[in-house]
Amino acid sequence: MIPPLLGQWLILAALLFSIGVVGIFLNRKNVIILLMAIEILLLAVNINFVAFSRYLGNLDGQIFVFFVLTVAAAEAAIGLAILVVFFRNRRSINVEDIDELRG
Amino acid sequence: MELTTTILFYVFAAILLGSALLVITSRNPVYSALYLVLAFFSAAALFLLLGAEFLAWILVLVYVGAVMVLFLFVVMMLDINLARLKEGFLHYLPLGLAVALVGVLEMVAILWTNPLGKVPAPSPLPAQVDNTRALGQLLYTHYLYPFEIAAVILLVAIIAAIALTLRRRPDTKTQNIAKQLDVRPKERVRMVDLRGPRP
Repeated sequence: MIPPLLGQWLILAALLFSIGVVGIFLNRKNVIILLMAIEILLLAVNINFVAFSRYLGNLDGQIFVFFVLTVAAAEAAIGLAILVVFFRNRRSINVEDIDELRG
Repeated sequence: MELTTTILFYVFAAILLGSALLVITSRNPVYSALYLVLAFFSAAALFLLLGAEFLAWILVLVYVGAVMVLFLFVVMMLDINLARLKEGFLHYLPLGLAVALVGVLEMVAILWTNPLGKVPAPSPLPAQVDNTRALGQLLYTHYLYPFEIAAVILLVAIIAAIALTLRRRPDTKTQNIAKQLDVRPKERVRMVDLRGPRP
């Protein structure tokens, strides 16, 4: 049932993770695509968890993926809500316009 | 059988990586969201290859069904000036590629030295195994407390999202329930003498 080695799954997840990192660098102005890149990063981590869980014969990894999915859904909902409120106030979702706190 | 799963692994991995690349490079955020849907579908297929059926279907239901629809709604609701957002798109490409390359090299180097030892291929799953039942038995006994905390996190997220986006505009007509319940008959009913003047 399981043909590829564990290393193949890990390399796939590593490539996916680095695609997410490049996405964060490329779309530094668009908050929506930044959120999507974060989802890609979480997906890569989830693939690692499930692969380890299968190859080590331990279901705890899949439980952890369950919690990661929960927190990711909450994060996406709150992030998009903040984005909508920000767009209402400033008519823009450019990261460079998010400077009112002068951080 | 082994060959089929190997081929499926490479096909789904290629689709996953390709659609992830398209997510971060496409010009229109709507296309990005749709490619992300494709990426999640391929990831769900990969989870099925690993025997994690419950997580595969959760990924399809929660991500494709809920989160991505949320993304699409927000993308279509906001009237975004795309040209301004794409300024300097390629400006950060060398830096991003360098960081990603270093990351991949580090991870591949670690895998190359093989610190995990030879992880043997897992024994094939027995025919009658029920992934959902096994996960549930673990989740509702050993992980019950974290499970409750996850539920509270979701509740907090719901309340936070509603509280953030709810706004009361003074110019819209809405019911004021306290005022409705507070009303007295005297304020609404006026007794009129209809007998008219006597001749």
